[in-house]
This record gives sequence, structure tokens and C-alpha cells, in this order.
Amino acid sequence: MTSHLDGNALAGPLSELFRDDMTIATGRCAHCGDVSVLAQALVYDAAPGWAVRCRACGEVLMVIVRTGERMMVDLRGVTALEVPA
Amino acid sequence: MAVISRGFTGRPRESQPDLPPGQYLTKDFPVLSAGPTPAIDTADWSFVIKTETGKDASWNWEEFNALPKEDVTTDIHCVTRWSKLGTQWRGVSLDTLFENVESSYDYVMVHSYGGYTTNLPLDEILDGQAWIATEFEGEPLTPDHGGPARMLVPHLYFWKSAKWVRGITMQRDDNPGFWEQNGYHTNGDPWREERYW
Ligand SMILES: [Zn+2]
Repeated sequence: MTSHLDGNALAGPLSELFRDDMTIATGRCAHCGDVSVLAQALVYDAAPGWAVRCRACGEVLMVIVRTGERMMVDLRGVTALEVPA
Repeated sequence: MAVISRGFTGRPRESQPDLPPGQYLTKDFPVLSAGPTPAIDTADWSFVIKTETGKDASWNWEEFNALPKEDVTTDIHCVTRWSKLGTQWRGVSLDTLFENVESSYDYVMVHSYGGYTTNLPLDEILDGQAWIATEFEGEPLTPDHGGPARMLVPHLYFWKSAKWVRGITMQRDDNPGFWEQNGYHTNGDPWREERYW
């Protein structure tokens, strides 16, 4: 039988992931495979939210929307988000 | 409203009944975009309506401009809180484009060059409520404002008026578009302040 943990187990790994300045995190573009630090992405902020695009292919890596009370982050185009362990 | 108003930038709503709640008047036309402005040659441009029947309706630039056009004077309201009153547009009514389109679906997804999408109920874009605009203030629509052609759905927040349109796909369900997937309201009526989920 396959066992699993509940989501509380993520507290450790996720706090490690989001611990530092995320602009030095490396992401892999889901569209073209380009691997780069987020600081190199192209950020389009003149919009109802921020659209973050791949420096190589221009496709959307992530979308950030602030509604006033909430912030939503959509990592639709990023795979293998990587930080130093 | 068809009346041209000469408000000041930042004039509050109290003195302006044409302004929906939470909006401020601007006289500029801010340029908003979630990506770079695509370079679209009208020789390569086309507009396609796709349905579940597999029978597409499509127009190239020449065919599209041969369709009857309407002049539209209207207020526009951006969800980033600016409103602009009495703007003048010219374009083809969605009623004209949907004349020979048959579909049993109730929703549409609007697609743009560059990949932008926005969803709408079909009800909100027929009956004189929406156009594909090719002119603004008497001039061909410039690329930064969505040229050669953009949606104009002025009774909803302006993110629904997609720039650089290339087509509409009928959809059975109200699947969300680019901003609607990330917090923005599926309908977007400025008078009901439908900004976010
Ligand atoms: Zn890429």
C-alpha cells in the first residue's frame, strides 16, 4: 500500500525554498527549456498584474496579481524552481 | 454615454455621475499590456471564429474592412481605476461577424496575437454591445493601442477589450482567460465593481 504525508510536511522544504531573495532562484522555462535566474526574466508591469516572461522565448513564466487584500502567484510556465540547499 | 465630458485628471466620482465606483477620470490613454507589442502585418492578419461544428468563419484584412462599420462613442473603464469618457471608435459589430455563425455554446474565448486571452459570455458581446475596432479618434488604431484591430466591449472593464485580436473560439463552459485565471472577475462589470473573484 502506498502511503503519503499530509501537506503540513511541506512547511520545511517550502520555507527553505522561499527563504531568500527569490530573484536569485533559478527556473526552467516550461516552453523552451531555458534555465536562468528570475532576475533575468522580463517583467511587464504596465498591466492589471505583472506578467513575467522568459528572456529566451518570451512566453509567460509567471503571473502575479495583487487584489488589495490578496496576492496571487501563478507559476504556469516555470518548472524546476531551484535554490541553493 | 455619448456625451463628451471634459473632466480633470483625478477628478473624483462625486462630481461625475458617468464614473463607476472606485474610478478616476483621465484625459490620457494609458497603454497597458501583459507583453511586448506584436508587429502585425495586415497582409498576414486574419480573424477567425471557431465553433464546435468545425465550420470556421474567417476574414482576411481586405474582407474584414469590406464589412459594414459603425462609429461608436463610448466611455471606457480600466480595472486599474482610470476611466476615459467619450472615446470615439470605428469598427465592425460582433453582430455582423456572428451573422452566419452557428453554435450551441454560450461562452467565448477571445484570442490575440502574442497569446493573450479573455473570456466572455456570448450574451455580453452581441446586440450592439461589442465591436472589433480598427480606428480610434478617426485614425487607424496604433499598435500600442491594439492595432490593427482590437475588441471593444466598453460596458465591461477594459481588459476584456483584448488588443491585437486574431479570433474568437466558442466554448461550452466559461473557462477563464489570461487575467481571469489569476484573480480577475469572470464578468468584469465596472458598475458592480466586479474587479476580482
Ligand atoms: Zn522560454
